[in-house]
Amino acid sequence: MAISAGEVKHVAGLAKLAFTDEELQKFTGQMDDIIGMVQQLSEVDTDGIPVTTHITDSTSVMREDIAVSGTSREELMRNVPQHQDGYIKVPAIIDESEEA
Amino acid sequence: MNFETTIGLEVHIEMKTKSKAFSPAPVKYGVEQNTNTNVVDWGFPGVLPTVNKGALEYGMRAALALNCEITKDIHFDRKNYFYPDNPKAYQITQSQTPIGRNGWLEIEVDGKKKKIGIEEMHVEEDAGKNTHSPDGYSYVDLNRQGTPLIEIVSKPDITSADEAYAYLVRLRQIIQFTGISDVKMEEGSMRADVNVSVRPIGSDKFGTKTEMKNLNSFEHVRKGTHYEAKRQQRVLLSGGKIQQETRRFDEPTGETILMRVKEGASDYRYFPEPDIPPIRISDDWIEEVRASIPEMPDKRREKYVSSWGIPEYDAGVLTQTKEMSDFFEATVAEGADAKLAANWLMGEVNAYMNANKLELLETKLTPENLAGMIKLIEDGTISSKIAKKVFKEIISNGSEPKAWVEAKGLVQLSDPAVLEPLIETVLNNNEKSIEDFKNGKGRAIGFLVGQIMKETHGKANPKIVNKLLMDSLKKR
Repeated sequence: MAISAGEVKHVAGLAKLAFTDEELQKFTGQMDDIIGMVQQLSEVDTDGIPVTTHITDSTSVMREDIAVSGTSREELMRNVPQHQDGYIKVPAIIDESEEA
Repeated sequence: MNFETTIGLEVHIEMKTKSKAFSPAPVKYGVEQNTNTNVVDWGFPGVLPTVNKGALEYGMRAALALNCEITKDIHFDRKNYFYPDNPKAYQITQSQTPIGRNGWLEIEVDGKKKKIGIEEMHVEEDAGKNTHSPDGYSYVDLNRQGTPLIEIVSKPDITSADEAYAYLVRLRQIIQFTGISDVKMEEGSMRADVNVSVRPIGSDKFGTKTEMKNLNSFEHVRKGTHYEAKRQQRVLLSGGKIQQETRRFDEPTGETILMRVKEGASDYRYFPEPDIPPIRISDDWIEEVRASIPEMPDKRREKYVSSWGIPEYDAGVLTQTKEMSDFFEATVAEGADAKLAANWLMGEVNAYMNANKLELLETKLTPENLAGMIKLIEDGTISSKIAKKVFKEIISNGSEPKAWVEAKGLVQLSDPAVLEPLIETVLNNNEKSIEDFKNGKGRAIGFLVGQIMKETHGKANPKIVNKLLMDSLKKR
C-alpha cells in the first residue's frame, strides 16, 4: 500500500472533510491506485535535473506597483452569508493557523 | 552545569508598496473595514493573482541591504491552512526559493561587535484581521489581506537576550533606511517570532526549542527570551525535558506561559503556486535595485564624522532614524553649518518632539527654515536668545524665519551708531555701577548690560554691547 487509511483520514481532516468508514475504505483504495500510477515516474533517472515546479515554459509577467481602488464593499458582501457593520461575520474559530 | 542559549528570530515586516502583493487593491492603514479589497483578496472563484513588481523590488532591496545573495530563479508556493483571516485558505509565500539567502548584519553589545547571519528572507502576503467577540462570532476585516511582507529568518548565531534586542534594533534601522517600510512595532508593521533553546556548554547538538509568536515590542523580546532561557535551564537542571511548544509572553508577570504543545512539523502541505509562473531575476534588475537603495546608516555616520566634523556619538544619534538623518542632510544642503544643525536637531528639536509627542515630520519644521534660522544666527542678524523665539515660531507655525524676524522687528541691533547713545544714557543713569566697576566689582558689568538689553527689548547684539560698554567705561 502506498497510502494508509490513517493517512487519508489525516489529510481529509486537514481539508475539513469527514468520511464514513465505508467512504474511507473506498477513497483509500482509489488514492492508492493514483499514487501507484504516479509512482511509475520514479523509474525515470532524474539525477542532475532541477525540480520541475511548473510545466509550462512561460515566465511570469509582473504588474507595476500601481493601486486600483478596491471593489465596492456592498458588492463584495452580496456573497457573504452574514455581515455586520462592514465586517464579515463568521463563527468564532480557535486559531489553528499559527499564521503571522 | 553551565548552559548556552541559542536564539532564532523570524521577523515579519510589512512593506509599504502602493498596491498589494498579488492584487492591485491599495495598501493603506487606518481605513474603513473591507474597503481596500477586491475579488482576488477575497479568493473569489476564477480570480488570478498578479505579481506586484514593486513588492519583489522592495524584497530585493531588503535582501541586498542585509548582504544576501539574490535567488535568480524564483517561484511562489502555497502554504495551506484554514482560518477566516484568509478566505483563499492558503498563503502565497516562497518556501523553496526565498528571494535572499546567506546574509548578515552586525550588532554591538557591551562594546563588542558581532556578525549575525541571516539564513534566508522571503516575500509573502499578510492575512486579514480577525476580531473575536464575546457573542461567539469573529468579525473579519480583509484590508490587510495581501499586504506584501518580507520575512527575515536569522541563523542560530544569537546567544543572549541582549543580542536578540540588538539584532532587532539594527534590523529595524537597516530596513528603515532602505525605505521599504515604516517598521513600527506598535502599529504591527514589524512583528517578531522568537525561538529559544538551551544546551549544556560544549554540546554539539541544539536543545529542543520553544517558540514565542507575534511579540510586539523589542523589550518583550528581551524579557521573554531572558525568562525562557532561565526557565529551560531550571527544567533541565531538575531532570525534566523541554517539549516543543508555543508559549506566550505575559507582560504583567514578565513570564512565558504555555499555549500549546507542537507535535511534529506543521501540516501546511506546501506546493508550487500554479497560478504564478516562475520569475527570472536578471543581473541588470539586481543592479538597478542596488542603485536605488538609499545610503545606509554606517556610511552616513562615517561621512558625518570624517567630512562634516560631527563627533562620533552625535553622528550615531543622527543616524538612528532615516527621518532624522535625511532631515539633517537636507538642512546642511540648504547651507546650514553642519555642527550647528546637528546641535539644534539633537537639542531643541528633540526636546520639542518629546514635549509634544510628535515625530519630526509631524512638526512644522522644514530643513529650509532650520537652515534659514541658523544662517541668521551665524551672520549676526539675530542673537542666540532671539533664536529660541524664532525656533519656537518656525517649529510650531512653519513661518519663514527671515521674514518673521523682520516683521516682528527682532533683528539684532549691531550698529554702534545706534547703540552708543543708548549706552551713554544707561551709564548716566547708573553712576553707582560705574563706581562699582572702578572698585573692581565685575558684577556691575552684568547689571549694565542687562539695562541696555532692557532698553532694546533684548535685541542688542551682546558681543557688540560688551565691547562698546567696556570702551565707554574706560573713558569715564
